[in-house]
Amino acid sequence: MEANLFTSMLFATVVAGTPLLIVGLGLLVSEKSGVLNLGAEGMMAMGAIAGFAVAHETGSSWLGVLAGMGAGMAMAAVFGFLVLTLLANQVASGLALAIFGVGLSAFVGKPYESVTLAAVPAIRLPFLADIPVIGPALYNQQALVYLSWALMWGIVWFLYRSRGGLVLRAVGEAPSAAHAIGYPVIRIRYLATLFGGAMAGVGGAFLSVFYTPLWVEGMVAGRGWIALALVVFATWRPLRVMVGAYLFGGVMIAQLFVQGSGMEINMPSQMLSSLPYWATIVVLVMISRNATTIRLNSPVSLGQPYRADV
Amino acid sequence: MLLELEARAEPSRLMAYLSPLLAVVLTLIGGLIVFAALGKDPLQGFQVFFLNPVKDAYGISELLLKATPLMLIAVGLAVGFRANVWNIGAEGQYIVGAAAASGLALYFVESESAMLLPAMVIAGAVGGAAWASIPAFLRTRFNANEILTSLMLVYIAQLGVSWLVHGPWKDPDGFNFPQSQMFGDSALLPMLVEGTRLNFAFVMALGLLAAGYIFMQRSFLGFQMRVSGQASAAARYAGFSASRTIWIGLLAGGAAAGIAGMGEVAGPMGQLTEHVASNYGFAAIIVAFIGRLNPVGIFFGSLLMALLYLGGEQAQQYLNLPSSISKVFQGMLLFFLLGADVFIHYRLRLAGKKS
Repeated sequence: MEANLFTSMLFATVVAGTPLLIVGLGLLVSEKSGVLNLGAEGMMAMGAIAGFAVAHETGSSWLGVLAGMGAGMAMAAVFGFLVLTLLANQVASGLALAIFGVGLSAFVGKPYESVTLAAVPAIRLPFLADIPVIGPALYNQQALVYLSWALMWGIVWFLYRSRGGLVLRAVGEAPSAAHAIGYPVIRIRYLATLFGGAMAGVGGAFLSVFYTPLWVEGMVAGRGWIALALVVFATWRPLRVMVGAYLFGGVMIAQLFVQGSGMEINMPSQMLSSLPYWATIVVLVMISRNATTIRLNSPVSLGQPYRADV
Repeated sequence: MLLELEARAEPSRLMAYLSPLLAVVLTLIGGLIVFAALGKDPLQGFQVFFLNPVKDAYGISELLLKATPLMLIAVGLAVGFRANVWNIGAEGQYIVGAAAASGLALYFVESESAMLLPAMVIAGAVGGAAWASIPAFLRTRFNANEILTSLMLVYIAQLGVSWLVHGPWKDPDGFNFPQSQMFGDSALLPMLVEGTRLNFAFVMALGLLAAGYIFMQRSFLGFQMRVSGQASAAARYAGFSASRTIWIGLLAGGAAAGIAGMGEVAGPMGQLTEHVASNYGFAAIIVAFIGRLNPVGIFFGSLLMALLYLGGEQAQQYLNLPSSISKVFQGMLLFFLLGADVFIHYRLRLAGKKS
């Protein structure tokens, strides 16, 4: 019984953490190139509605994920045009993207508010899923969960083992130097921004197509912002993004389990629901209190516009 | 590329004023395109959305009513934004201010004292400022990014109000609806014009705009904060306290947002419900930018944003479109503004020609 409860909580934690992981990894790549995109919430919302709508119309959840990816990239392209081509302020533009995306998703999503999707069956990995306790939790999941792990290792390899990753980091740390030795700073930042948007869109689509699976206005519920906090918490390292994503997933699930268990606790449900948000604040405080850690780990040009002086 | 950007020797003052107007014009054109894309007659859509809301005196009073919280919140935010203090959680501070003022109104529901309303204004301001003091403390003491902390506190404030109206403050005679009881008459703001809903909060908003103007443009402290925002190294060298800048920036935004929340519950709502969370806190960010962080600009920016809200309601009623179309236009407005702002610092020229 105890083991069963643990298994189902671990299972739910991984599911809840997956969108944070995917979005967080995308933001990490874009921030490594020096682009701070605060519009993650809006990109996720657009990914969620685009994914849901396409999955509903075509009956294919994978086309839904692709549509979510496209929607996220389209949003990121608008953001990129503003901050990379027009050199607009990244903070203000990111906010605009968040407000716009949440609003636009509510607008186009209106007809989909009362429809549901069939749940997508999980994929059971042979042998691994037979491991007691953790097997059914970790290896009987949606394909996107496994892909998110692959994504994480892929990004680790790309950033720290490949030439492209080195160039990307150089652009984020010292854009002038990267430009001077001939790298196209703006183009690289565009690519990183688009990748961030694509992943935010996939994360949103995961929410609406696999997780819930339905569309409600405001369903992203701050996950885009939490993912941004996660990247800071992870001090811009992919593996720690994963740890943080599952930590947050755990907090979200723990409060749901407590609410659902009928446990006699003297706490209103709203207070339990606010736990993930408090947790975000707490981890931000814990990681930021050492200003040196943040300064040493954050990409030097993060949030700074770059323009080559030709 | 045929055109390219060329840095201006000095920022263009003309463009700084023209760019909001350019953004408005582009948003209107965008509106026509959106209506056409939705299969509506663009001109009819334009008329319903942008002209119908203000076609009579009552419409204009509704416009001013809607603009009131936006003015209040935006002028408070401008104080912080000028100093690069990014308070994104005004929505939460607005909600907490509304809740604090409601608490007073509900506790003294039988009271007929003329002091109740002023006390509620103060409660709103203190509530909003207290909520904003959390990110201020975390930023100054622990270096935690105020964008993320203030935003997380929005969700927490929404859940807090939800708890209040589902729990301790639920109207016992309210048929189990999640709402407080109606405030007593002495807790309701007086109307300015008979037959409209425009109330005294509008006067408070004008007063705060004036106070904001004096503080930001005419006071030494306001000057220090502007320097901190535009040249933080210079501010440090001059000995202006960075943490004081952060505190003032956040507290001003929080207090003003709290007063706006008070104005909503003591004005058009007359009670506390979950619907107090109305996105004004986010819309006011757009207002602050479109108004160039300047109280005069914020006045006009608020009217424009209020028009977009009312237009959304009209579009829902007469064009059968979701009212969230307002948010689409609001977002477009800010995009166009940010895009147009590039011409403050750069000019376009044909590629290949060196000047």
